Amino acid sequence: QLDHGCALHAAARDGLSSVSTRDVPAERPRAVFHTSESDPAKHTEQHEGRLYNIPLEEVKAVFPHGLPYRFQQQIQTFNEARVMVRRPALELFAYLKGSNLAHPAVRYVIYGEKGTGKTMTLCHVVHYCSRQGWLVLHIPDAHLWVKNCKELLQSSYNKDRLDQPLQASVWLKNFKTSNEHFLREIKTQKKYTWGKRESTEEGRPLGEVVDQGLARVRSASDAVGVVLRELKQQSHRGSFRLLVAVDGVNALWGQTTLRKENKSPVSPEELTLVHNLRKMVRNDWSGGAIVATLSQTGSLFKPSSAYTPHELLGKEGFDALDPFVPIPVANYSPREFESCYGYYLERKWLQHEKAHTEDGKAELQFLSGSNPRQLDRLAGPL
Amino acid sequence: AVGRVLRLCCRWGAGPRAQTLRLICTTTAVQRKNVGASGPEKYTEAFIKKQIEEFNLGKRHLANMMGEDPETFTQEDIDRAIAYLFPSGLFDKQARPMMKHPTEVFPEQRKIQWGEDGRPFHFLFYTGKQSYYSLMHETYEKILDVQKHQDQLITQDLPLQKEKRNLAGSRWLTKIELEEMLLEKLSDDDYSRFIQLLEKLVALPCADIEENYIQKFSKEVPVQLQKVVIEPLQYDEQGVAFSTGEGKRKTARATAVVYDNGTGKITVNGTDILHYFPVLQDREQLLFPFQFLGRIGKHDMVCTVSGGGRAAQAGAIRLACAKALRSFVTEKEVEFMRQAGLLTVDPRVKERKKPGQEGPRRKFTWKKR
Repeated sequence: QLDHGCALHAAARDGLSSVSTRDVPAERPRAVFHTSESDPAKHTEQHEGRLYNIPLEEVKAVFPHGLPYRFQQQIQTFNEARVMVRRPALELFAYLKGSNLAHPAVRYVIYGEKGTGKTMTLCHVVHYCSRQGWLVLHIPDAHLWVKNCKELLQSSYNKDRLDQPLQASVWLKNFKTSNEHFLREIKTQKKYTWGKRESTEEGRPLGEVVDQGLARVRSASDAVGVVLRELKQQSHRGSFRLLVAVDGVNALWGQTTLRKENKSPVSPEELTLVHNLRKMVRNDWSGGAIVATLSQTGSLFKPSSAYTPHELLGKEGFDALDPFVPIPVANYSPREFESCYGYYLERKWLQHEKAHTEDGKAELQFLSGSNPRQLDRLAGPL
Repeated sequence: AVGRVLRLCCRWGAGPRAQTLRLICTTTAVQRKNVGASGPEKYTEAFIKKQIEEFNLGKRHLANMMGEDPETFTQEDIDRAIAYLFPSGLFDKQARPMMKHPTEVFPEQRKIQWGEDGRPFHFLFYTGKQSYYSLMHETYEKILDVQKHQDQLITQDLPLQKEKRNLAGSRWLTKIELEEMLLEKLSDDDYSRFIQLLEKLVALPCADIEENYIQKFSKEVPVQLQKVVIEPLQYDEQGVAFSTGEGKRKTARATAVVYDNGTGKITVNGTDILHYFPVLQDREQLLFPFQFLGRIGKHDMVCTVSGGGRAAQAGAIRLACAKALRSFVTEKEVEFMRQAGLLTVDPRVKERKKPGQEGPRRKFTWKKR
């Protein structure tokens, strides 16, 4: 039985203990829109609209990849990671808490307009699950796997498919950082041969497979496939709970911009990574949950006004994901807007004199339309 | 052209009335060498009279042609008849065929100013600007008269009349109008001196006696703002007040309906403004009327717009919105909006391309060889 109590690995453990003791009196009183509750499990409706802090060590451990770029810049600037608690995330927590792990994995699809906070919601859920002790399989952006790939190798495992060594190795590295603890404990169930001389015996820790993938970049995609299959097969046993978090899941069923050497277009099934991920997202396993986000921003060949699951996934994707729980994410409510604005003011991010006035706030709300991304971009130059 | 009949109207040896026609048959080449630049062509009185007779005859002929009564044929009828008989597609109205009374066609000119012996009639002729200086003298005489009258009243211990004439509703003649009146070129300095004299005259307390003279040089200023009627608020089913406005910019036309008791939501052609105007600049244009009045979150707006481009549509909606907001706001604020330029239609449109140039202003690349 794995130890759930301290699910995060050693480096973050110290951070954890210090966070729970450090409280409001230590610093100047934070205003209404902050909450010192740093454990997502304890976030309830009364925390809605407030921002909570994630200690930086935890950020590095849980989110080696996956945070939006602008948010990472914000973390660097403010030297702290503050995430807003919003209703879609709270909804998801309720579902996850109440989900029966014996049943097949339920799929949750987060969708919404551009810039409303889908990726941030996903990251919130990932943080929650990692605190709870789940094994998190976080794919930061599936679109990265279907476009701009410099190297495509023909897969040795299956002649029809194509490998992507670079993307696979990057992902393996990040996966290792976030889930080191588990990798030592999960054992392989089959023997895998990587080439003429390398092979992994049965019963070896999964970490070895990952290292093998990192060492031999050629077989990185196959290593990814192995990891995914092992996790899927072992999750129903109940020794750990698996969360599959995919950002930009509509990339798996769209088109790619990659071409084979004979200039014919590559369809997503022909990529090993995509193929394996699709198997993962199917709900034929139990013992966990699948949370996915639709994203128009990185998607290929889709109009920019498309945001519903039907439009972005296409018929194929929709059928594949069919019984899913849709979770819409909307723009900021007035309360959320106020807390975001208050946070910027407090961190002295808004330097303009007029930004401090009521009129300035009304102006910002009007111009950004309460859209989080627009607000962030507007507040930048101010 | 070898033989050409010319009417030389300048430099007559004879007096103003006895003007003979001199038929000069010359070649154009010779003519060009002899005659220097003699200013605009001067028309004689007889010539003008003849033109008037011809015009009247022509008017009667035209009336007959059109089947109307020659006696009651007005200028408007003439214009309509000419437009019917000689249709023209030219854009410039001045370039189309027209038939007008000769006094409108030929500009007013000075008659000859000197007599048979060459001696000028007016004593100020040799100043060069005889009518201007005579006007100045006259005005100064009036001033002296008024001052004398004032002294008389003081000696008689009668109260000086102090009725200020209404300066707000009238203005002095402009320089061009004065030039037309005097039939002489003036300089800016001359004009300003004349206006100073007039002001001095008007400032004196007893200037009322010369009121007739002053009125020759003042004009009524037309009513300032054509009083635009501000529509009252209308109320829809739920009792929410709303008002409509229209606006345009370049080729875009927009109508806006502004509702009261709102949250600041704006819908354009059925979509949210964040989706319709992804560019910040356009949204700022829409924000401007609300921000100016300080009513950012208080109104809802639904608008429709068509034509033009992205920025033109934004400008059109802005104008429509400002016009609609007039009904919600006091008159003073309407005046502020007008001065801020929120209620004026932007007259700028795309300039036409000219032949011989690549665009409206850009010329073709200049090659030295």
